[in-house]
Amino acid sequence: MDNILNLLWLLPALPLFGFLVLAIFGSKFSKRAIAFIGVGTVGISALIAIIIGISYLTHTPPGNSYSQTLWTWFNVAGFSPSISFYLDPLSLIFCFVVTFVGFLIHWYSAESMEEGEGYARYFAYMNLFICAMLVLVLADNLLLLYMGWEGVGLCSFLLIGFWYKDDENSAAARKAFIVTRIGDTMMLIGLFLLVKSFGTLNVAAILSGAPAVWTQGSSLAFWGAFLLLGGALGKSAQFPLQVWLPDAMAGPSPVSALIHAATMVTAGVYLIARMHVLYDLAPAVQMLIAIIGAVTLIIAGFSALMQNDIKRILAYSTISQIGYMFLALGVGAYSSGVFHFFIHAFFKSLLFLSAGAVILALGDEHDIRKMGGLRKKMPVVFWTFLFGAGALAALPFVTAGFYSKDEIIWYAFASDKGSIWLWLAAFGGAFITSIYTFRMVFHTFFGEQKTEISYVPGNRIKIPLIILGILSLIAGFVELPEWMGYFAPFSKFLNTALPAVSLANVAGSTETILLLINMIFALLGVWIAWQFYKKPQLLSSLQTGAGKRLSNFLFEGWKFDWVYDHVFVRPAVWLSRIDKTDFIEKIYGGVGGLNLWLNKMFDRTENGNIRWYTLGVAVGAVITLTIILFL
Amino acid sequence: MVTVSMNTGLLLASILFLIGLVGVLTRRNILFILMSIEIMLNATGLAFIVAGAHWLQADGQVMFLFILAMAAAEVALGLALILQMHRQHKTLDSNVLNLLKD
Amino acid sequence: MIGGILSLILRRNPVACKWIALLAVLADFIMMAVYWIINYDNISVLKEGAWIADIKKEWIPQWGASFHFAMDGLSLIMVVLTLFLGVVAVLVTWKKTIERVGFFYLNILWLLAGVLGVFLSLDLFLFYFFWELMLIPMFFIISIWGHEKRNPAAVKFFLFTQGGGVLMLIAILALYFIHGRATGDYTFDYFELLGTQVSPKVALWLMLGFLAAFVVKLPVFPFHSWLPDAYTESPTSGTIILAGLLSKTAAYGMLRFILPLFPAAAQEIAPYAVIVGVVSILYGAKLAFAQTNLKRLVAFTSMSHMGFIIVGIFSFTTLAYQGVVLEMVAHGITIGALFVIAGAINDRIHTLDMDKMGGFWSQIPVMGGITTVFVLASLGLPSLGNFVAEFLILSGTFQTYTALAVLASLGLIASMIYSLVILQRIFHGRERSQLKITDFSLREKMIMGSLIIVIFWIGLFPQTIFNTVKPPVGILKTHTVFLQKDNNDSAIELNKDIATGWWGHQPMLQSGNKTMKVFPAFTFDYTQINKKAK
Repeated sequence: MDNILNLLWLLPALPLFGFLVLAIFGSKFSKRAIAFIGVGTVGISALIAIIIGISYLTHTPPGNSYSQTLWTWFNVAGFSPSISFYLDPLSLIFCFVVTFVGFLIHWYSAESMEEGEGYARYFAYMNLFICAMLVLVLADNLLLLYMGWEGVGLCSFLLIGFWYKDDENSAAARKAFIVTRIGDTMMLIGLFLLVKSFGTLNVAAILSGAPAVWTQGSSLAFWGAFLLLGGALGKSAQFPLQVWLPDAMAGPSPVSALIHAATMVTAGVYLIARMHVLYDLAPAVQMLIAIIGAVTLIIAGFSALMQNDIKRILAYSTISQIGYMFLALGVGAYSSGVFHFFIHAFFKSLLFLSAGAVILALGDEHDIRKMGGLRKKMPVVFWTFLFGAGALAALPFVTAGFYSKDEIIWYAFASDKGSIWLWLAAFGGAFITSIYTFRMVFHTFFGEQKTEISYVPGNRIKIPLIILGILSLIAGFVELPEWMGYFAPFSKFLNTALPAVSLANVAGSTETILLLINMIFALLGVWIAWQFYKKPQLLSSLQTGAGKRLSNFLFEGWKFDWVYDHVFVRPAVWLSRIDKTDFIEKIYGGVGGLNLWLNKMFDRTENGNIRWYTLGVAVGAVITLTIILFL
Repeated sequence: MVTVSMNTGLLLASILFLIGLVGVLTRRNILFILMSIEIMLNATGLAFIVAGAHWLQADGQVMFLFILAMAAAEVALGLALILQMHRQHKTLDSNVLNLLKD
Repeated sequence: MIGGILSLILRRNPVACKWIALLAVLADFIMMAVYWIINYDNISVLKEGAWIADIKKEWIPQWGASFHFAMDGLSLIMVVLTLFLGVVAVLVTWKKTIERVGFFYLNILWLLAGVLGVFLSLDLFLFYFFWELMLIPMFFIISIWGHEKRNPAAVKFFLFTQGGGVLMLIAILALYFIHGRATGDYTFDYFELLGTQVSPKVALWLMLGFLAAFVVKLPVFPFHSWLPDAYTESPTSGTIILAGLLSKTAAYGMLRFILPLFPAAAQEIAPYAVIVGVVSILYGAKLAFAQTNLKRLVAFTSMSHMGFIIVGIFSFTTLAYQGVVLEMVAHGITIGALFVIAGAINDRIHTLDMDKMGGFWSQIPVMGGITTVFVLASLGLPSLGNFVAEFLILSGTFQTYTALAVLASLGLIASMIYSLVILQRIFHGRERSQLKITDFSLREKMIMGSLIIVIFWIGLFPQTIFNTVKPPVGILKTHTVFLQKDNNDSAIELNKDIATGWWGHQPMLQSGNKTMKVFPAFTFDYTQINKKAK
């Protein structure tokens, strides 16, 4: 079945083709044709991805991986990255999610973006994004991965600033691009280090060669792993580079769903999972990942509690959920991290899309305090949103999020790299998650209707929502925990590419106890959210004095923006302001000025006065004589 | 015959030269400047004579003859120029006559 | 080498002369490009240090100066780039009404001839001749057809570059006499001079002489003061050539002359040079960020990118050398395109002040899209040419100067910031003014289209260029490998050895007007050019 795997290059090529067609001729097409091309190319890609997946599963290629070289990118002094794609379980899962969820979101946006200008531009960017994302996950060397990496960053920039006429959107887009670029540059430096150490950037070669070249815990391994982590932190909006993601919500909702929830922001997870050998060699960095994940999920969870903009809540919850994935990676539970990514892609894009439908219906209203009562008016959106919210809050048994998230929480404790503190963070985060999630649900769909519905979503919006909603419920059944019969094809499948988690010696009963606590607190969170929703005075009683200041602090995302603004942005701007005309210029200007001044001075001596000249001669003669005689 | 020592002669010459120089620098009337220049020339001539006498060489006197000739020519030319200048500008003040400026 | 033909054609014909100019440059370009494509397979398998073509004629035999042109992969690439940008530069002013058309194109062609001469001459006297030859037409272009403050800009440009040039002349003459005194053979010929033995101290000073000319032209901090004025005030065609080509002559000069002639001295100053390069990168980026005038901004970005070149040159790794060559090409294309855009905007709304622009995307989506591509190229997006170049440079530098490479990488963040400023201030945001602006015409679309194709081509298939320049770059590596092995006094000895070993016995080197026939295709060109040169 090798010939089917040969179709691999079509995956990114089709969206690229769509992009080129739309970018060059887009303005001449009708909206129907644009949607057809934009959605169609991604749809075919998704189809091919499924076919490839089936063929991979039925006829697993030798070595559990397959690679396809298109051409050698360049070859300099033995360093020769090529344009080639690499398929293994990890990239297959990412491919599937990218194309499939991507296709659903494209489909959705065929309707939601129909109003307003730039339809062709929108689909062109989206197609380019899918292409870049596929290049990222399929790349067989890190340089090509970096190409995809920057490509998705670019598309994110373009799509956040899609409504370019608003200066704020442009600023948000710029911020996203620059903050991630800081991470990217770290990653690039990491690549230099890898080139220096290995002379190649081929992933497989590095993974197999690393243990021989770098010793466990050596400083090179530390820096290599650390620098790559920097890239991952930027892209995945993890502490301390998380500040760009909430602002990135300035883009259209499907963009948030696709880029800032399902795919691009999880590129960091992919990178770390892909390069897991390096992290095994650098335990300090791996611990750092776990801590960063834990810190991020707490920080973002608390911030999400205080937001009123529905998309900002979802943005913070995305940061928080990716924090879980990082936590999983950090404790060595790679496949759990990927599993959570897999599930998260469904329910978070679903939440964004439903929220987008709500926003569309209410005439661009983002504030959840002004929504309400939509349960009856928009039943489809309500139910799908509820499924997504349930999965996000990890409500027990029925939702997919339960299986993926609880696995991580468990491993945070039980893995030999885990600890009680990590578990506490993960557990606390889960509790907060269910509070803010259901706060959002109650405000949006229950109670009085506060804003008129101005648009009723059609089928192109509803069908993707329903598909994603179903997946949010059932996708978790591909991986059941041990006490439910240990049915885990997902992690088995992944374990051919990623190492299994190694457990510390923990009693089996502990798992059950911890799990029960989890479930209880998830439900408790829902109850608390309901209490606060029912009795708003409860909230306002908290909003006094220190409480108010605290909530403000959380609302502004722990003031990270403020700090960065004062520490980095303002000094840089100030520096460029004071030296706009370049002080070097002044030096040369000074030389020129001095000459002009001397010219003027000498000019003045030429006054035509004979006696003045004579004096000059006489003084000159005296000086000359003195010099000759006495020196 | 009274012998004059070389030092005395040179001293006299330099005093004369200085008087001439001060005259050139301080006088504003071109005529006086010209006269001062004559004094300076003569001072130079005197120095030559003294030196020539000291080393018993004729060169000093030869040089003096040259200077005399040059001074005569200079006076002739200078006076002619001054006359012309006076005719054109109605003044001999060197501060006013700063035509060399341009 | 084509200078002869060019200056012959262009004397008169004010009306038809733009056609003549276009045809002359285009014909040359096609000739060289076709030559490259046909002989690509042959060139890429050449052994290190071999020359593709070589031609030598007596010029002033008493002084030992000769018309010695030769071409290797590096020259070939640069020549093709020159002619390509030459075509662009001619086309850019196509529709504009300018005074004294004939003289304008005379200057453009003269300038191109000078640049080509620099890329091809292998006689130091001749090299200097062409080096100065570039200066004069550029001076005229700025001072006659420039913008408002053109005269100070032209004078500044002239003084700076001339100052550097004179220092180089002194160094050339010194080398000439040292060589002559040592061997009794007074010659300016490159291959002969390569073997010259110079004491380390003298070598250092001589090298600094050469370096002075190159760093001013490049330009590098702190000799960049002429750059913003000259780039900003010069007309579009002039700016394209100035930024796209003239700065590359300096980089080329370093690769061709400084490293082979004074390898030990170059090694000695390398750390300082890299530091200066890093400062250029960061300082240029900082200045670019502060500007509101579009052309000034782009000018400073050019300075920032030139910093990468000097960093790469003095890092002594093959990766970086290849990167430098690619950066020269990629940057030439990118900066050329950005200046075309700036020129186009200026033609349309008669201002370059970005504070007066904004929200132009809805009016001119095509220009916006094209600008996006080149802005992205400038900030080093993978799949566009500059990324590969900068990656190789930094990656090579990282191996020798780790900390400095890290600092230089910060330039990538900075480049992103100023690049986004270009894009967003002009095309995004509110519409700050009522300015009406028209989109690119078909002619401009074709220009930009070809530039885009080239920038993608060198981003995705840079190997064609790498193969072509492998022989000359391999040579450079050979020098430094020897030097790094024992980097001490014996370096001078080695210099001699290397020179005779790798450069000295060039098979194609001939006296008189005969050309060694390396490839049949090229002898034809040369006989023709010989005639013209007379």
